[in-house]
This record gives sequence, structure tokens and C-alpha cells, in this order.
Amino acid sequence: MIKNMPIAAVIGLFFTALYFLMAIFAPLIAPYGMAEVVGGVWEPPSPEHLIGTDNIGRDLLTRMIYGGRTTIFIATAATILSFTTGSVLGFLAAVVGGWVDQAMSRFVDLLMSIPSLIFALVVLSVTPVTIPVLIVVMGLLDSTRVYRLARAVAVDINVMDYVEAAKLRGEGRAWIIFREILPNALSPLVAEMGLRFIFMVLFVSTLSFLGLGVQPPAADWGGIVKENKDGIVYGIGAALWPAVAIATLAISVNLVADWVLNRTTSLKGGRG
Amino acid sequence: MSEPRDILLKVRDLKIGATVYPPGERPHDIEIVHGVSFDLEPGRVLGLIGESGAGKSTIGLASMAYGRGGVRITGGEVWVNGRDILKTSLSDLRSLRGGEVTYVSQSAAASFNPAKPIMEQVTEAAVRHGKFTRKQAEERAIALFGKLGLPNPETIGRRYPHQVSGGQLQRCMTALALCPEPDLVVFDEPTTALDVTTQIDVLKAIKEAIRDTGVAAIYITHDLAVVAQVSDDIMVLKLGDMVEYGTTDQIINNPQEDYTKALVSVRSIRHEEKKPTDDPLLTVEGVTARYKGTKFDVLKDVNVELHPGQTLAVVGESGSGKSTLARAITGLLPPSAGQITFDGHVLTPNLATRPREDLRELQMIYQMADVAMNPRQTVGTIIGRPLEFYFGLKGAEKRRRVQELLDEIEMGDGFIDRYPAELSGGQKQRVCIARALAAKPKLIICDEVTSALDPLVADGILKLLLQLQKIENVAYLFITHDLATVRAIADSIAVMYQGQVVRYGPKSQVLSPPFDDYTDLLLSSVPEMRLGWLEDVIANRKMESAGN
Amino acid sequence: MNAAVKLVAQRVALGLLLLFLVSILIFVGTLILPGDVAQSILGQSATPEALANLRKELGLNEPALTRYVSWLAGVFHGDLGTALTSGQDIAESLGRRLGNTLFLAFWAAIIAVPLAIFLGLLAVRYRDRWPDKLISGVTLASISIPEFLIGYVLMYFIGVKLGWAPSVAMMNDSMSLGQKLHAIALPVAVLTLVVLAHMMRMTRAAILNVMQSAYIETAELKGLSMFTIIWRHAFPNSIAPIVNVVMLNLAYLVVGVVVVEVVFTYPGMGQYLVDHVSKRDVPVVQACGLVFAAVYIGLNMVADIVSILSNPRLRHPK
Repeated sequence: MIKNMPIAAVIGLFFTALYFLMAIFAPLIAPYGMAEVVGGVWEPPSPEHLIGTDNIGRDLLTRMIYGGRTTIFIATAATILSFTTGSVLGFLAAVVGGWVDQAMSRFVDLLMSIPSLIFALVVLSVTPVTIPVLIVVMGLLDSTRVYRLARAVAVDINVMDYVEAAKLRGEGRAWIIFREILPNALSPLVAEMGLRFIFMVLFVSTLSFLGLGVQPPAADWGGIVKENKDGIVYGIGAALWPAVAIATLAISVNLVADWVLNRTTSLKGGRG
Repeated sequence: MSEPRDILLKVRDLKIGATVYPPGERPHDIEIVHGVSFDLEPGRVLGLIGESGAGKSTIGLASMAYGRGGVRITGGEVWVNGRDILKTSLSDLRSLRGGEVTYVSQSAAASFNPAKPIMEQVTEAAVRHGKFTRKQAEERAIALFGKLGLPNPETIGRRYPHQVSGGQLQRCMTALALCPEPDLVVFDEPTTALDVTTQIDVLKAIKEAIRDTGVAAIYITHDLAVVAQVSDDIMVLKLGDMVEYGTTDQIINNPQEDYTKALVSVRSIRHEEKKPTDDPLLTVEGVTARYKGTKFDVLKDVNVELHPGQTLAVVGESGSGKSTLARAITGLLPPSAGQITFDGHVLTPNLATRPREDLRELQMIYQMADVAMNPRQTVGTIIGRPLEFYFGLKGAEKRRRVQELLDEIEMGDGFIDRYPAELSGGQKQRVCIARALAAKPKLIICDEVTSALDPLVADGILKLLLQLQKIENVAYLFITHDLATVRAIADSIAVMYQGQVVRYGPKSQVLSPPFDDYTDLLLSSVPEMRLGWLEDVIANRKMESAGN
Repeated sequence: MNAAVKLVAQRVALGLLLLFLVSILIFVGTLILPGDVAQSILGQSATPEALANLRKELGLNEPALTRYVSWLAGVFHGDLGTALTSGQDIAESLGRRLGNTLFLAFWAAIIAVPLAIFLGLLAVRYRDRWPDKLISGVTLASISIPEFLIGYVLMYFIGVKLGWAPSVAMMNDSMSLGQKLHAIALPVAVLTLVVLAHMMRMTRAAILNVMQSAYIETAELKGLSMFTIIWRHAFPNSIAPIVNVVMLNLAYLVVGVVVVEVVFTYPGMGQYLVDHVSKRDVPVVQACGLVFAAVYIGLNMVADIVSILSNPRLRHPK
């Protein structure tokens, strides 16, 4: 399978891995301390500061590496939360059915009738803005989307003749969920996971940019934009580096997700 | 270069290619038709017959220089009315399509634009090509509607496609094709999607319309008995090659090639009816059932019996309730009244409360083998699971038994570790049979198990089922819409119509007169593999209605 | 026509019910959360008197239901309360800012909708050739960058380096329409880019879906010209999916506008909301949340109604 990987997926996988490794080993890689002031304000790139310094003279590359760590950590944690909540509830709704399904699905419809960003802002106006709160708010709001997908996929599989055959055989609910439904639902869910992760990266960056996400002096990509945005009017592009970082990460994850999804569909296409 | 006028369509060495996208491989081009040639004279009807993958639809569309999806004409010549349409200009091609040559597809429901009234669509080609004015075209359409036996020919054109039935829409599609007075009509499986009693009406309408308008036609189908009724000549195709080409009489009554002989003798399996034994294996008494949230019964007071080692065929058209009967027996749809006795004891209505022995002894095989097997499990796992679940077999012993079962369904070595996607349609259905057999059941419910298969493959499955019945002494409850299948394997028959059993008894009795009206209609609608069958039926029905 | 009317009525009723439930959700979201709202508004160093005053002002001493009912009654009369931080009437400030936001969103939609449909058609016309691939590549890139970064990238290159448009979208009543449009050129460009990608992709998918139907093949086999096929057969069936795409993306625009207003310090609802979230001014946040949700629900409702009305099965029942 790996041998047949298309070149786009290889590139995607490479950059995704690179970003995650950078996040994990940030303290080892970063040339300076995270909040250490090491030079003048908005110095241009130089051998000491490869991409220059920021609005109060910290090394921008160091900020970017630590910022990536925070952003990726929050996004990963929120994705995991959103996925476990969403898929467990979605599967449950599909397999149990009846009023449980109805009640949960209608509640999710309600939550989804408010744009996530607006709802997050409403909630963050009264809660303390800390990293755990961010993860919980983002994760739970996004779990509605995962719930819908997981439920739809599971409902589709649940009416397949092979599931009916297992029920007729007398198999228990555990076998049906874990051996018949889950293996067939996994691939679309994994592909969706990539998209949800990207969305989380964008979401947390947006919140931080609005000043309602990660609080200074901690660095994250959205916050770096906020700190350095005033430089733009003077023609200083320090605030644009996160754009490069976010875009490359998002595109890489997208390419991997596309590949996973394509593999799934080709496996399913057993019409021959 | 001009051609003699008595050849309408001349096809020479036609080669057609397509791009395929196999899973896990790069897309590549393959050839699906390998050099086919034939001539068609004005007013004659050519039948193209073959199983799926024979290339018959592709050849039909090539007569309009059209390739569906990634299909391309890669070589050869197609001459229509004296010009090679593969080399002609696009504007000439447009006047050919819908003007000289028209097309009737299998699914009229999908082929009509849902947003436009029927009349507008029927007259569109004739008006656009300047053959008739709108008024003339509409008059012609109304005449065609009448000729095709549609109700209210004056007003039916004002309706939208979803407002008429499937059989009527198929006739509207024929009117659409005939309206511009074409020289040639391509009929692509026009009756395949219809119920058998509807099929005969549409077939009759098409045949009379062809005769009355004197148009030439290419009639494409997988059913030799159908094509024998309408065509003058028949070409038999297999995997993109011509197998045999001759007059209908010669192909039906004196086939030369083995493949043609096999197609002609398809469904000729005969099986001696067994006499009922003392104790029935399954007794269905007064079963009535409805689906949750609906207001009418889909099964009404059904009473049937099945004896050990025998086959009860439940036959009916779509909506007759025959599959619902299977769901009631398996416990998927608990009946609202009546009871089901199996092997001497009453079955609990609900699946969840049945003991494991009952579940084991009553197995099921589905119509679509594709979705009846988990695509993520190997053949070994699929067949092995019942062995493990019911008999606790494990490891080498289980694998040995799976291989035995594979041998029994004539699949042999090399299949045990494959996935369903790697099997052909017939092989998939065989694996499903093996999975049912693995439980050592006393009764297997077969729900339309051969309907999705090509006739020859279906014959193979039926032969296998009969042979297994002899060896394992298993009883079958065989649900089907196809009376030929019923003749082949049943010991007793229940005919269902609108949720009720309208006729029930031993095969010999059910299939001999006197008939009730519905059984008579059903039996007389099944195409027979002989020339003139359609005329005989039509004549008979006219006589009967005159007699009434 | 009856079935369709009934369905539309049902859909409108559902929209109103949804709006009602959303108002509860927004109210509950701001009040039944861990910790004391007054405390979190004033911070840890607040004096007990200040806390008590604020609690009284917020009505925190009354039961939640009473507060909700009086809030909702106010909303019905156009009274959204007063802002805690400035003491100004919320409805009045909101009204002016809503006008600005709609002005911005309107011009973004005017440019984005026709452009997206045109490019979507182009992608279908040149399917799997380079224009299609270019369009899907740009789409992938633009959904991978958050709105605010697109904003700064444009501001940096077009606003600062090239100096074609102002980097800050200042607005006042004395400006002429031309001046206003010049002022909002960059934010409109960003919003257009943000929704363009989605809209284009969805339009392409919607049209391809229609073009692959069997009735399009029937039309081709009738020998009709490409234009006739598209105009008479594809178009009538594409209206509903395309309107759907447009509405869903306008709803998406409502969210995008929040961030874009902050980037260009545009005096609209988005900035108003974000400012007051930071100041923890709960009544303003509730009011803004409700207005945004209402617009979002309304647009989704219009999308559904259009697809009900354009369904021939419902327009011409059996």
C-alpha cells in the first residue's frame, strides 16, 4: 500500500510528520527561549535570526516553533475530544435508534444552527480563557459535525445485508459494532479527522487572533499575527509567517486525508 | 462515395475502448468491443444479445457515434444512410442524433427531465431538427400515445414524468423516439426494469409501433426469449466479440455455437416434484404483518407449509409481500397475528428472543451478494464465523471445514484468503451459499438469489442449490419474481399478490389450469423461447376479453 | 401547489422554532456556566460592593427563567438592553453597525456570487483539464488559510506595497458611495476570496451532478446543441442546488465578516461583538449572538424553501 502511495500523499505525510516532530521537540530545536528578548524590534532576517525578530525583539523563528507547538497541541486535543464524543454518540444513536437517536439528533441540529465561531464567542464571554477551556469549547462544538458523519455512516452500514445476516446469526451488539460496522466506518472517519484537525487549527488561530484564545506571553500562530499585525502598515511582513505555516500544515493534512479517502472508496468498490 | 440505398446501417470492424479505474492501480485504457461488423436494412429489426460486459449497449450507442462516460470508438466504420458517421461533422452528427437515429433507454424514469412536461420532451427533437412544426409534432405525439396504448393520449403529454407509472413512461420514451420519424431506433433493454406483467404490454406496444411505422430497430437485451419476439435477426455477443449472427429462427431453433446453445437452453433445468411428507418442517398459519408507522397490512392471513428437503417457491411481482414473508419468518418483522411453527415447535415472533438452535437451523441467502458480505472480511472469515459461532470450531479445524465447504460449492483452492471484491458475481453468491450451509441448517430462505445474475450464471447457482438439497436434505423457501426459476426448482408454489397468497399447492397443480385471473396473467406473461409467442398471447387475450 | 405550500409553511415554522430555541441556548450559554458571571466580568480584585451592584444590575439575584422571559420580552419590543461598559442603548448602536456589516456583506456577495458561478461553470466546461485543476488548487489553498491571514496578506501586498487601496476601512456618514466603496475594497476582496472557493467547488459539484443525469444523455442523443442542453435541460434542474450553494455560503459569509471587520477595523457588528466579548459585556454579546444566529438561520431557511419550490414533484403533485 505504501509503495503505491501517490507523490502528493508522500509530500503531505512528510510535512505533517515534520510539523508534529517540531511541535514535540520544540525546546530542543528552538534557537532561543520562548519569551526571551534577544534583539531589536522587527529586525530583518539575519544569520542570528533567520526570519527576523518580532514586535518586542524576540526571535521570530523561536516564537513560530513554540507557537506551532501550542497550536498543534490544542488542535490535536480538541480533535481527539470532538472525535471520541462525536463518534461514540453517533454510533450509539445509529445502533440504538428510536427516541434516543431522535433526541440527540435534534439537539445537534439546534447546536449547528448557530455558527461555531459565534457560539464560541458567546461562551468565552463568560468563561475564563484558558487552554483547557478552549479545548473543551472547541472540541464539543465541533463534535456535532463528527456526530452527524458517524451517525450517517453507521446508519448506512447498519442496514446492509451483512449486518442483517449477523443479526440473524444471533451475534451480540458488541460483535455487530466492533466487527461489522466499525471496520467499514473507520476509513471515512479517519479522512474526516484530518479535515476536523485543519478546522481546529484555523479555529484556535482565529480565536487567538481575536484575543480570545491563547493568552500572552504564550505563543501560538494566531497570537503571533495579533502581536505583529501593526507592522504590516509599515511594510513589515512578520505577521505573515503564520500564514505560511498554517497553509502548509493544512494542505499537507488535506493531502493525506484525500489519500485515505480515495483508498477507502477504491476498497469499497467491489462491484466487479 | 455513395452506398446502395438498401443498407441503412453498415458497421465494419467496430472497435470500442474505455478507460477503467481499477482499485489500487493507475487508470488505463482497455478495449471492450473487438471488431464487430453487421448490416441493417430499412425496416428490419436486429436483436443484440449477450450477458453483462458483452458490449451490446456500447455497440447500440455507436450507431449514433456516441460513447457513454469514458467510452470511445477507437476503430472501424459506422455508415448511416450512406455516410461514415465517425468522420462526419459535429453539426451533421446532431441532425443524425434525434433525427435519423433515436434511442430508448432502460430507465425512462431517469431519462426524462423531471422539470419539463412529457409533451415538450417528446416533440423536442422533431421540432428542433425542423422535421415538423410544434403543432404537427404534437398531433403526431398524441397519435403515437394512442397507438402505444397510453391512457388519455390527448392529455397525458401535459403531465410531468413523475406523474405517470413506470410502464407508461417507458411507452412515452418510445413515443419520444418515434416522434421525429427516424430511420432507426435503438432500444436498450427497454423492458428489463419492468415487472413481468407490465413488460408484456410494453413489449407488445413496441412491437406494434415498429411494425406500423416501418422503422428499423436495434433491440438490445440480455433475455433471448424477449428478443426472439421482436427481431428479424439476432447477433449473439460475448465479451466484445461476435459469437453468432443469423436470423431469429436460425438462432433460436438451430444454434451453431456452444455459447448460443447454452443461452437458448437456459432455464431448461427440470426437476421432479417431490411428494409432501407427513410432518411439515415449516408451517405458516394466518400470518398478518405491517411495518411500523404504516396503516396497511403488507401480509394478509398467509398460510403455507414446507416439507423437509423440499422447495417452496413464493412468487409474485414487486410489492406483492413475498420478501416481507421472509422477514416475518426470520423474526425481523414480528407478525401482528398468526403463528409460525418450525420443526415441531412454535417460533417466537421476535428474532431477539429465539434460541440459538433456531437461528442456526434457519439460514438466509440474499439477492445482492455484494452487500451480503462484509467487504472487510475474507472468504475464510465469512464462512468460518458460523462454524465458530455455532459449533465452536477454531484454528486448523475451522479452516479445514471452510475448505470442505468451498469444495462443495465448486470453488476449490485459492479462495479462502480473498476478499469479496476479488470475486465475480456468481462466486460471491456461492460464498453466501457456503456461509448458510456452514450452519448445517434445516431451512434456507433464498430471497431472489439469482435475480442479479446473468442467466447462465444463475443457472449454475440453481443447479448447485438442487444438488446441495440432495446431499444435505435442506429445505428452501425460494422467493422470486421469475416463473422460469420456479419451474426449475420448486416442489410447491405459493403465488402472492398484494400481500395475499392467491394460489398455493404442489407445482404440478399450481401450474395447470383452471387458473385464477392473476396466476393466468402472470403465467401467460413470462416470455417463452419460441417464435410467435407474443402474438399467441395477444391473440389469446383478445379472445378472452371478447368472450367476457 | 398545496403540498409545496404546506412544506414551506412547515419550514418557516421550523425556522421560528429554531430561533426561539437558539435564544434559549444563547441565554443559557452565558448564564449557566461555571463561576460567577459578575466575578469573571470584574476580575478577582473586585470589591464586594461592586460585585453586589453588578449582580443586581444583571438581575442575577432573580431566577434564570424570570430573567430569560424579561429579556425575550425586551427583544420582541426591540429593546436589547443597555451595554454594561458604556451604558449605551444596545439596539441603537447595533442598528447602525448592522447596517455597515450588511453593506460590506452585500458588496462581497454582489461580486462573489456571479464570479463563483461563472468559475464553477468554467471548471465544469474544462473538467479535468488545466482550468479545472487550477481552480481546485486555488480552492485547496484558500480553505487552508484562515480569513484573517488572507486579510493581512492582501493588506501587505495590495494595501502597503502597491498602495492601491486603504489598509484601514474607515467609514463615516459624510462619505459618498464611491468613497465608501474605495474604503471597503480590501475587506470586500477578502470576503470574496473566502466564500469564492467554497461556492465555486459546490457549484461545480452541483452542476456536474446534473450533467451526469440520464436526461442530459437523452438530450445529447436528441442531437441538441450544447447551449440548448444547458439552457433547457441542465439549468432548470440546477437552480435549486445552486441557490442552496449560494445561501449556505452567504451564511458562511456572516461568520467570515466578524474576523474581517477586526482585521480592517471596520465599524460593523463583528467588531462590536469581539470588543464586547473581551470586555465581558454580556448583554451586548447576547444581542449580537442572537442577530448573527437569526441571519444564519434565515439564510438556511431561504435555501430550503427554494429547493422545495423548485422541486417538480412538489409543484406538480400526482
